[in-house]
Amino acid sequence: MSLLSIQNLSLSIYGLDILRDVTLSIAAGEIVAITGESGSGKSLTALAAMQLLPKGTQTKGRIMLGETDLTQQDEKTLCGIRGNDIGMVFQEPMTALNPVQTIGAQVAETIRIHDRSISRAAAEIRAAETLTRVGLPQDRFPLGRYPHELSGGQRQRVVIAMAIALRPRLLIADEPTTALDVTTQAQILDLLKHLARADGMGLMMITHDLAVVADMADRITVMREGEVVEEGETGHLLRHMNHSYTKMLFAASGHQVSLPEVAAQPPLLEVTNVSRDYRLPRTTLFSPAGHFRAVDDVSFTIHRGERLGLVGESGCGKSTLTRAVLGLEQVQSGTITLDGAPVFSGNAPNLAVRRKMQVVFQDPFGSFNPRHRVDRLVTEPFHLLPDPPAGADRTRAIDEALTAVGLTPADARKYIHEFSGGQRQRIAIARALIIRPELILFDEAVSALDVSVRAQILDLLAELCGTYDLTYLFISHDLSVVRTVTDRVLVMQSGKIVEEGPTGDTFDNPQHPYTRSLIDAAPVLPEMHAAE
Amino acid sequence: MVRYTFKRLLSLLLSLAVASLVIFAVIEVAPGDPASFMLGMNAQPETLAALRTELGLDTSKVARYLAWVGGMLTGDFGTSYTYRTPVIGMVADRLWVSLPLALYALALSTAVAFPAGIFAASRRGQAGDIGVMGATQLGVAIPNFWFAMMLVLIFAINLRWFAAGGFVGWDKGFWAGMHALTLPAIALALPQAAILARVMRSSLLDVLGEDFMRTARAKGLTERQALWRHGLRNALIPVLTIIGLQFSFLLAGSIIIEQVFYLPGLGRLVFQSISARDLIVVESVVMLLVFSVIVVNFLVDLAYAAVDPRLRSRS
Amino acid sequence: MRRNLILGGMLSALFVLAALISYVWTPYDHVALNIPNKLQTPNAVHLLGTDHFGRDILSMIMVGARTSIAVALVAVGIGMGLGIPLGLWAAARQGSWLDELIMRGNDLVFAFPSIVIAILITAIFGAGAINAIIAIGIFNIPVFARITRGAALSLWQREFILAARVAGKSAARISVEHILPNVTNLLIVQGTIQFSLGILAEAALSYVGLGAQPPTPSWGRMLADAQTLVSIAPHMALVPGFAIILTVLGLNLMGDGLRDYLDPRLRVVRA
Repeated sequence: MSLLSIQNLSLSIYGLDILRDVTLSIAAGEIVAITGESGSGKSLTALAAMQLLPKGTQTKGRIMLGETDLTQQDEKTLCGIRGNDIGMVFQEPMTALNPVQTIGAQVAETIRIHDRSISRAAAEIRAAETLTRVGLPQDRFPLGRYPHELSGGQRQRVVIAMAIALRPRLLIADEPTTALDVTTQAQILDLLKHLARADGMGLMMITHDLAVVADMADRITVMREGEVVEEGETGHLLRHMNHSYTKMLFAASGHQVSLPEVAAQPPLLEVTNVSRDYRLPRTTLFSPAGHFRAVDDVSFTIHRGERLGLVGESGCGKSTLTRAVLGLEQVQSGTITLDGAPVFSGNAPNLAVRRKMQVVFQDPFGSFNPRHRVDRLVTEPFHLLPDPPAGADRTRAIDEALTAVGLTPADARKYIHEFSGGQRQRIAIARALIIRPELILFDEAVSALDVSVRAQILDLLAELCGTYDLTYLFISHDLSVVRTVTDRVLVMQSGKIVEEGPTGDTFDNPQHPYTRSLIDAAPVLPEMHAAE
Repeated sequence: MVRYTFKRLLSLLLSLAVASLVIFAVIEVAPGDPASFMLGMNAQPETLAALRTELGLDTSKVARYLAWVGGMLTGDFGTSYTYRTPVIGMVADRLWVSLPLALYALALSTAVAFPAGIFAASRRGQAGDIGVMGATQLGVAIPNFWFAMMLVLIFAINLRWFAAGGFVGWDKGFWAGMHALTLPAIALALPQAAILARVMRSSLLDVLGEDFMRTARAKGLTERQALWRHGLRNALIPVLTIIGLQFSFLLAGSIIIEQVFYLPGLGRLVFQSISARDLIVVESVVMLLVFSVIVVNFLVDLAYAAVDPRLRSRS
Repeated sequence: MRRNLILGGMLSALFVLAALISYVWTPYDHVALNIPNKLQTPNAVHLLGTDHFGRDILSMIMVGARTSIAVALVAVGIGMGLGIPLGLWAAARQGSWLDELIMRGNDLVFAFPSIVIAILITAIFGAGAINAIIAIGIFNIPVFARITRGAALSLWQREFILAARVAGKSAARISVEHILPNVTNLLIVQGTIQFSLGILAEAALSYVGLGAQPPTPSWGRMLADAQTLVSIAPHMALVPGFAIILTVLGLNLMGDGLRDYLDPRLRVVRA
């Protein structure tokens, strides 16, 4: 007998169909993963189970929690169920907690809201127990802490504590680790798994990450565009995928590209003993200002034609290093040279060097001015040239760049909002290619994309390596992507490069303990290609 | 918290110093010699010189600025050119009308605006919300001095509930004083209440869209409980800024409203002094107004820290 | 919500039109005294009645609209002309001493409400419409500087600005080419609101005698004249009052309507 059973659920918001005929079930103590790309309706399925749907939503079908049909309950009954029978954990721990209340008050609130008779002190004792249970012991994390005093992973633990304080029968986790670093992610996933097993809780796990899915779910439900396309026990489903979409999804997640071989070439970018400090606010009024060393004595070289990877967790200094290489920020010590010329001369960036470098950013939505057309957007780097092409030459350059990234010359007259995320990233690459730079920096360039789109962009990258002889620095937190598109890799921790070497060797046989912990923490897709 | 307060205090003192410099400099460029203005056309040169010495007009600008600021710090605002009495006494009398009026209006506007804003936000898009928002549109558009005239017409001239103008003085008792200030305070509060209600509503609506409100609902709180327990305190942060700004508008507005009700406040003092070219009084009143605005904004900064723990612990 | 834009636009246009027509035609001469005709309530001959000197109130309202609109428009122009560049500049140098200086300066000006500035100016140069413009204009500078800086700061965090920096563009160029076009909508909406506040401020200053001086007609002065007669000739107070309310209401509705219309996020939701 299942704990939660969603039967033929259809859902529309202001007449727009979001879910069609979704059926799935979760038994007590079972971990069920719902996976799919953006727009698949997986998050709304979770919110439907909570009955926390946006205004204008119409539902058909049944959502049975035990013997109760949640779609038929009044708001008062639902409030009694939420937090008590069903708990929920959200994606963004940084904003999921009320910033002006202590963590103790927020955890205790779950207890007090469902049991008016419990005293404040008793609720706080239970809150403290729950916090200890999720790994926030009282000696280090007293109830009086405020959310802003905790890290992202610690805040997610508080959210989990709020959700499980009353030992609900069902826990819904909506992308609970997407915003977290890989080592933190592993800890949170372990915690969720442990809690589900210990309390006999059903766990509905919404995630886009198939490696996470394969790693922890008992059963998997794959969704696409509001429909369930395939469902089954994890081991069985991984071996016998029936639906082409499921196969494509798994294939794209583990997508590998082969880069063309390049012969050894002279050095292009040389970074020597670079350090970058940030000033910290003074702790007391008269003490000298403290410093935070974001990049600490870093040296590395990129050879012409080489594809170098840079991995590390958030806050390790990779963004600062990227900005320093681009000459956007001055460094306190050390030198950065491209082809022997410094990227920063005196107090100003060296424009002669700058025109040999371009960058592709993470966010396909934020990296373009919404008010300009594509032709103006991709030609922005021409500003760096002393004699930018005009007229027919300019048009030819635009056409060539757009064609190289798989778009058409006609796209030049469109605005950026007319393109999808993947197409925007292609335009970003076109913008980087248009002045034929000698070095391109990819800053988390595929991290925001769905797996199927990501696979296409990686293919494009491999193809461009052949046609354009690209040299690039690929910065990412995603080890599996770095593994396939780079020749050599740097591992960065707390501002220092702790390990460097050929990508394959480094990942197969890591030397530094930090590299090892990164690789161990990253969930991996099981080998399934053999069974296809 | 101590550090935060200290930093704010430092910025308060700096603002006051610069403001006093600006006011002094502006008055300094005023054409005409106050001494000859006071004594009239036919003054003897010796008397004029004596008066100039008495007023300190023959010393350097720096010395006069320092004397002015030093005087203010010790409660000596100088002597009125026209009335030949200490400015401090004149200002203090008037302040006892203007300050209670501004505070009364602030209390009224907050008392009306908070419930109205919360009501509108909790009924977003419904008839109640549209009604409140329509009323605030009108409230913002009505000039407060015109509204004051209408209040006089209805409640003083026709209904005779209140006096049409003048001030009985606080020696007639607290309630008599408050009664006399009621119509002016309502007129003064109207546009501010409308603005504050709009800010309260939009701030609450912003907060309602925050992730932590969804978390609260997932815990089992009703929409209303989530609004009161988690929404309100977070929504208060931008509202406090507006209250701080409003105080300066209320003080300024009271200068105008006093004209409608013939109230013996700072506003009337300033207009009399301007027409008499009694610049030292103008200078002192303006400094006092600016001083109170700066101090109120300092208090608002402290209130921020009380509401928002992130400010308190920022080290 | 398109209703707001149309209704507000029509109300505002009505008064702009009245002001423009007054240059070539008014029903009567707005300064001609006609004592025997004094204090007439609205009738077929004098549509909005006459004042205590027998002047036609409709004509005075039309000419008064000129003063109100001119003062408010120039004051907003001063605020935008100085405030926007200051805001852009401060945002481009975020965290530097320059940013700090501009913002502290703004705070300081905020401590001087426009009536206080007007008092200071009048104390020195005497009363007049020009001084009202300067007083309201000075007060508008920090309003625009602050709102421009706030919006610009969030834009500076966006990756397309970083892309422009990688393309070697200077902060000034980025401010003009990328930041300004993306804050224009916001500034138009704020401009409408400041315009309506300017009309209110001009009326208040003229009412207390710090604004337009006789014989220049102004809505605020008409109200000052009406004050002592409010019990015997309430129309003298009602007509200019409604003129101010309708103009300000129209501008505010237009501002709200423009915000909804120009906000691309809202447009996407509606599409």
